[in-house]
Amino acid sequence: MAKQPTYFDEMTGFGADPRAPYEAYCNWFKSEDNARLLAKSEEAEALFRLIGVTFNVYGDPDATERLIPFDLVPRIIAAREWARVAKGIEQRVRALNAFLHDIYHRQEIVRAGRLPAEMIARNDAFLPQMIGVTPPGDIYTHIVGTDLVRTGDDEFYVLEDNARTPSGVSYMLENRETMLHMFPELFSKVKVQPVSQYPRSLRRSLSACAPDACNGRPTLAVLTPGIHNSAYYEHAFLADQMSAELVEGHDLRVIDGRVAMRTTRGYKPIDVLYRRVDDEYLDPMNFNPDSMLGVPGIMDVYRAGGITIANAPGTGIADDKAIYSYMPDIVEFYTGEKAILQNVPTHRCSDPEALKYVLDNLAELVVKEVHGSGGYGMLVGPAASKNEISAFRAKLEANPGNYIAQPTLALSTVPILTDAGLAPRHVDLRPFVLVSPDRIEITPGGLTRVALTEGSLVVNSSQGGGTKDTWVLEEE
Amino acid sequence: MLGKTAGGLFWMFRYLERAENTARMIDAGLRISLTRSSAAESEWTAILSSTGVKSAYEAVHGAPDGPKIIDFLLRDPRNPGSVMAGIETARTNARVVRTALTREVWEAVNECYMVLKKLLAEPIADRDLPRVLQVIRQRSAFVRGASHGSMVRNDIYNFCRIGTFFERADNTARILDQKYYILLPSVRLVGSASDNVQWDTILRATSTTRAYQTLHEGESDPRAIAQFLILDRRLPRSLAFCYGKIGENLGYIEKEYDTRQTSHALADSLCNKFKAHDMNAIFDYGLHEFISDFLRDSASLGRQIEIDYRFSE
Repeated sequence: MAKQPTYFDEMTGFGADPRAPYEAYCNWFKSEDNARLLAKSEEAEALFRLIGVTFNVYGDPDATERLIPFDLVPRIIAAREWARVAKGIEQRVRALNAFLHDIYHRQEIVRAGRLPAEMIARNDAFLPQMIGVTPPGDIYTHIVGTDLVRTGDDEFYVLEDNARTPSGVSYMLENRETMLHMFPELFSKVKVQPVSQYPRSLRRSLSACAPDACNGRPTLAVLTPGIHNSAYYEHAFLADQMSAELVEGHDLRVIDGRVAMRTTRGYKPIDVLYRRVDDEYLDPMNFNPDSMLGVPGIMDVYRAGGITIANAPGTGIADDKAIYSYMPDIVEFYTGEKAILQNVPTHRCSDPEALKYVLDNLAELVVKEVHGSGGYGMLVGPAASKNEISAFRAKLEANPGNYIAQPTLALSTVPILTDAGLAPRHVDLRPFVLVSPDRIEITPGGLTRVALTEGSLVVNSSQGGGTKDTWVLEEE
Repeated sequence: MLGKTAGGLFWMFRYLERAENTARMIDAGLRISLTRSSAAESEWTAILSSTGVKSAYEAVHGAPDGPKIIDFLLRDPRNPGSVMAGIETARTNARVVRTALTREVWEAVNECYMVLKKLLAEPIADRDLPRVLQVIRQRSAFVRGASHGSMVRNDIYNFCRIGTFFERADNTARILDQKYYILLPSVRLVGSASDNVQWDTILRATSTTRAYQTLHEGESDPRAIAQFLILDRRLPRSLAFCYGKIGENLGYIEKEYDTRQTSHALADSLCNKFKAHDMNAIFDYGLHEFISDFLRDSASLGRQIEIDYRFSE
C-alpha cells in the first residue's frame, strides 16, 4: 500500500499505517504467508459449497446455485465506533415503527405538513388493507437491515432502510463460523464480539410479538417461496436455527380463524409467521389473485388478531427510496431528536428543479429507481460511459417521478486478499436489527458486502459482489 | 413435523436406495455381458424392465445394447430413472427437508451429488465403470452411515427408514418378478449351466452373492435362493427383513403419536404373510402370483402412508 489512497481505507485510514482497530490483526497478518491464505480461501469456498450456502440467480439456467465469493480479510470496527452507529440505528428504527403506525392510522406527519400527502396516497408500497390495523405489540418492522456506508473516520451514512424482508443474515453467521473454523488462533489474539446469538434472539424477539390468540409457548414458522428462491438457503438456515418449521403456502390453510400448517398429526395453528414472501404474494384473496406462494385469507386472520406476520404487510412504504429523502424529518418528528446517522442528500426527480439539476449533472450522480433493489436499474454516473448516460437520460426524462439521485459517495475501502497481496475494495455494511415491544437488539457488526472489481461501487451479490466477516471489537 | 417434510424424507431415502439399486443392476448386467454374450440381450432387457425404464429406453435407443443401456441407466438426462437423476431428486428432497436433517446427513447427500455430478458429466469408459459403480455404492453408504450415526430416533428418522426399506423391498420384488420362472421347482430338473448363471445374476443384482454362499455353503439351488430373498430374516435385502423393519418403524411412530392408522394394519398383514408362509406354501400358491400380490399390496401401503401422514393436501 505505497500509494496514498483517495478513499478512506478502514485498515489504514488516509495514511499507510494500520488504524487502531486493525493493529492486532495486522501484526498477525505480517507473519502470514500469502500462498497459505490463498489456500485457505479455497478451503472456505469448498466449505460453503458443502454446507450449501448458495444463492440462485434468476434467469441463469446454467448456474442455478452460486456461491457468494467470501473474502477472508475481516472488516474491523472499534467498540467506540460501533456504539455510536448502534445508537443511530436504534433511533432510526424506532422512528420507522412510529412512522408506520402513524401512516396507517391518523397520519399526523401529513397533517403537520412534514410529509406531502401524495408521497403516501400515490405510493404502491402503501397498503390500504393495513389502514387502522395495529399489529400485535404494535411492531411493524420486526427485522430491519439498515444499509450503511462509511466515508471517513466518524462519517457514516444510511444508504437505505430495508424494512420489508432484509436478507443476508445467514451470510453474517456463516462467515463468522468459517473464520472461526479457519483461523482459531486469530480469535485468541483479537477479542471480537460474538454474533452467534442472533437466531436465539430472533426466536425470542418474534415470540415476544405473539398475538392474543396464542396459548402458551408461541409456535413459529418461516414462510419461504420454496427451493427456487434466491434466498432459500437462508430461509432453511433460520428455520433450522430457531427450531421453527419451514413452510410454503401449500402447507398452510385457514382453519377456525387461525392459520394452520399441515403436520403428520393434523393441522396445527401458527402464532408467528416470519414470512420471506413479498406482500403482493402473501394472500391471493386480498392481493395478487394469481399468487401460488401465499395463503388465501391470511390477511383476514391477521386483521382479526389471529396471527403475527413479521414483518407486517405494508412496511415497504418505510423503505421506499422517495420516502427515504424525508427520513431526517421523520426521525425528528417521532423522536424529538436530530437524526444521529446522516442521510445521503437526495434529489427527488419528481421535483422539476431537482430534475434539471440531475440532468445537468448526470456524470457525477448516482441515479436509482424509487422501487428498485439489488443494484439493478441504477446509473453510477462517474463509472458510466457516454452512451450509458444518454440512454439513462432518456429513461429519466420519460418518467422522472420514478427516480431519485444522490451524489456519488466516496465509499470506504477494506483490503481483500488477491494473488498479489492485499488490495483495497469498496464496501458497505448491513447491520441486522431485531425489534420487539420490550427491546431493540442490534447484532454487533452485520454483513459487509464488498465490490470485488477494482474501483467498482456496486456491492450487490447479484452483480458480482462478495462478503466479508465483520468484527466489532470488545471494549478495551 | 410437517406432512410435506415426512413425504420429503420418505422420498429422499427411496431415491437414494433406488439409485444404489440401479447401480447394482448395471453391475450385474455388465458381469453377464462379459461372461456370456449370448444371454446378454435378454438379461439387459430384464434389467430395463425391473428398473422400470424399458419403454423410456426403447423410445430413445430402440433395441437393447449394452453400452447404450449402461449410459442410459447411469446418466442419460432423458432417463428420469437414471442413477444421476435419482441422486439429484434425493438431494432436491433433502433441500426441501433441510431443517429435519442433521448437518452430517445433509453434507453426505450434498457431497454425494457433487461428486457424482462431476464423475458422470461425461460418458463412462468401460474400464472406468467398476470404479464409478464403487463410488456410487460408497457415497450411498456414507449417507446411510451419517443418518445412522447422527439422527435422533424420532418420527423424522422413522420416515427415512420406512422410505429406505420400502424401496429396497420393491427392488428385490421387481427382480424376482422378472426372474421368477428360473426359480420355479420344475426348473431344478433342467439344471443347465445357463440356469446357474441366471441364478448368479439374481444374487448379483441384489448384492447378495457372498451372503448366500456363506449361508448355503456354495450350493446353488433355486428354492433356496427364493427362500433366501423372500423369507430369510438374516438378509437385509429380503422382503421379510424389509417388512419386519417397516412394521417396526411404523410401530415407533404409532407409539410416538399414540395413534394407530390404517397403514399400520396394512403393514401388519403384509408382515404376517412372511411369518405365516414357508417356501412350500408360496410355491403351492404360485411364486409369480405371490410376487404380484406383494407388489400390489405394497403399492397400496405406500399410498396409505402418504394419506395417513398427510404428505400432500
